[in-house]
Amino acid sequence: MPDFQGFENQLLAGTWMTLRLAFATLPLGIALGLMGAAARLSRLKVLRGLGTAYVEVFRGLPELLVVLTIYFGASVVLMGLAKRLFDYDGYIELSPFIAGTLALALTFGAYATEVFRGAFQAIPKGQAEAALALGMSRGQVFRRVTLPQTWRLALPGLGNLFLIMMKDTALVSVIGLEELMRKTQFAVGQTKEPFTFYLSAALIYLTLTVVAMALLHLMERRANRGLLPRRAG
Amino acid sequence: MDGFGWDIILQSLPKLLEGLWVTAQLVLVSGLFGLLLALPLGIARSSPRPWVRALPFGYIFFFRGTPLLVQLFLIYYGLAQFEAIRQGPLWYLLREPYVCALLTFSLHTAAYIAEILRGALQAVPPGEVEAARAIGMGRWLTLRRVLLPRAAQIGLPAYGNEVILMVKGSALASTITLLDLTGMARTLIAGNYRAVEMFLAAGVLYLIFNWVLQRLFRLAERAMNRHLREPPRLVQQPVPRVPSGLDPPL
Amino acid sequence: MTRLKTLLSAALLVAGGLALTAAPATADPLRIGTEGAYPPFNEVNENGELIGFDIDIAKALCAEMAVECTFVKQDWDGIIPGLLAKKYDAIIASMSITEEREKTVDFTERYYTNKLQFIGPKGADLTITAEGMAGKTIGAQRATVSAKWAEENMPGVDIKLYDTQENAYLDLEAGRLDAIIADQLVNYEWLNSEAGADFEFKGEPVFENDLIGIAVREGEDELRENLNAAIKAIVEDGTYAEINQRYFPFSIY
Repeated sequence: MPDFQGFENQLLAGTWMTLRLAFATLPLGIALGLMGAAARLSRLKVLRGLGTAYVEVFRGLPELLVVLTIYFGASVVLMGLAKRLFDYDGYIELSPFIAGTLALALTFGAYATEVFRGAFQAIPKGQAEAALALGMSRGQVFRRVTLPQTWRLALPGLGNLFLIMMKDTALVSVIGLEELMRKTQFAVGQTKEPFTFYLSAALIYLTLTVVAMALLHLMERRANRGLLPRRAG
Repeated sequence: MDGFGWDIILQSLPKLLEGLWVTAQLVLVSGLFGLLLALPLGIARSSPRPWVRALPFGYIFFFRGTPLLVQLFLIYYGLAQFEAIRQGPLWYLLREPYVCALLTFSLHTAAYIAEILRGALQAVPPGEVEAARAIGMGRWLTLRRVLLPRAAQIGLPAYGNEVILMVKGSALASTITLLDLTGMARTLIAGNYRAVEMFLAAGVLYLIFNWVLQRLFRLAERAMNRHLREPPRLVQQPVPRVPSGLDPPL
Repeated sequence: MTRLKTLLSAALLVAGGLALTAAPATADPLRIGTEGAYPPFNEVNENGELIGFDIDIAKALCAEMAVECTFVKQDWDGIIPGLLAKKYDAIIASMSITEEREKTVDFTERYYTNKLQFIGPKGADLTITAEGMAGKTIGAQRATVSAKWAEENMPGVDIKLYDTQENAYLDLEAGRLDAIIADQLVNYEWLNSEAGADFEFKGEPVFENDLIGIAVREGEDELRENLNAAIKAIVEDGTYAEINQRYFPFSIY
């Protein structure tokens, strides 16, 4: 056990903030992914184009650049719009937490779009046809047949994206959110022991990853419980 | 702020392109070193013997389970904590942020490439290996002449994706004083305060660069598969296999 | 077009539900932006609290103006964009008053005076001229007067720019840098710390009249005048001298 010189609580507080950020990003990212997939599978050419553009842009931009742009850019743009549209001259604030959540969710959503699209397409067409033949409406087919299966099919892909996103939360330290990485930097500044503290941070992230992986494994087993027989591994 | 500064973007373009060149160097060099390092790692990782698999497993687990930013700071600021390293023979290299960035990115991407390689090696049809063994090739000859070339073919698209991911990751070089594309944009903003314009311009340059890389990889794929009349479309598996709990994250 | 406007307004209102807050009225606390990585002026202690000369002065000014103050931490190279984006109303973070910055923000009168001075390893023979530093590596913090001074006066010398001053010191200690140019008082504090024991000032101060002020957005004259009056008041009633004494054995006003 290394000597944290009184910074244990700070590292714990940072870890907590990292988790809060990751779990705030997750639902927003999933929502964006579902919308993106819906757009890409739409019959409207415009929507398909928009969906594709969204995926291509956010899979091609560095996450750090997205974080910086949202934090420094979004306020300026939003305020410019507010002024032009409503002549509203007040301030619109994006806290580091909100900016970080938005930035990470936009990236997560772009990759999740492809995961959901793959999952939707993997569901045999015959099932929807059978449901329609039974007299279900299109909405009912989506709610009762397609969506429940999408979850099972998309889970492994989403789990992977979550693990990646949890590591990307470290980037939000650059705009001053006091999550694990930022707290570690404070500790390094005061103790002058960069190796000790950055290695500790790495091990904390590794622990989070292992725990998340174990939970995902359980969730997948639960999601697949209707499928028999299950192959080992 | 009033109006969109097209003129400022135009003025800054030479500097931003300078930054893009640094980004390109970082990505290309680490992509190459990463590949070299991944070869032994990936081969050892697919070994049938558990004790051979253990070391690459630990390595891959660490580098895929922790943020790249932490790895970068661990190597750049962390190693310098030790007197022995500062007095050591490698210090003249490790004192350079450029070398530290290359080292970190290479170690990082090698972990991912090793997994790609392992997957590709396992995807080579067993019949091809058996055929090679049947005509008298040894283990190493089979590896060199059959397994690796076939794995290269199978793994190339995934390797292309990994290089694009490294382009994105290379933006972190800006946090250790390097003037890559992101670092250059941040330094320019320190002087002109035009965050929106600079970051957008940098973003567009990243997208163009990634697009060019993608085209190049497409061409390479086509060249590699030229003997097949219809190149096999590597369709993404719609139903991802259920990963075992010990698999490192992608 | 009207319809597009309505749509956009609706979208903005939705976004507003997330992030929109009312414009600061007089009763709202004054939000002060600072960096938190610039000892002894502003830094974060092991309890996560902001401490330092800037913070003490800011608190004294707020007490003088009888307003409540909250602090917002912000990385240095985003500190002016953050002010413009109205993340906070004033910057009290040891910011030098420069012509370049005055194009974008307004400054109060000085609340202390700094100088720029090089530091380097004890015993190292450094001549502080562009020729004398040829082939050497100088560190400075990105977007500071020190960085600007080095870029203008040390052509051809390798200048490395850091996100925080602390990272620059880590690299000087590690031997990656031959010298650092920074505010004399910040260097003074670091040289007196354990980490700085093997280093010393090099040459005379290169820039003498570095006035440090509080930045506010352009046109916010009322806030600026209130701050000016408060600075004057705490200098006159001895509060300033008392704070000064906690950090430096000499006056820095």
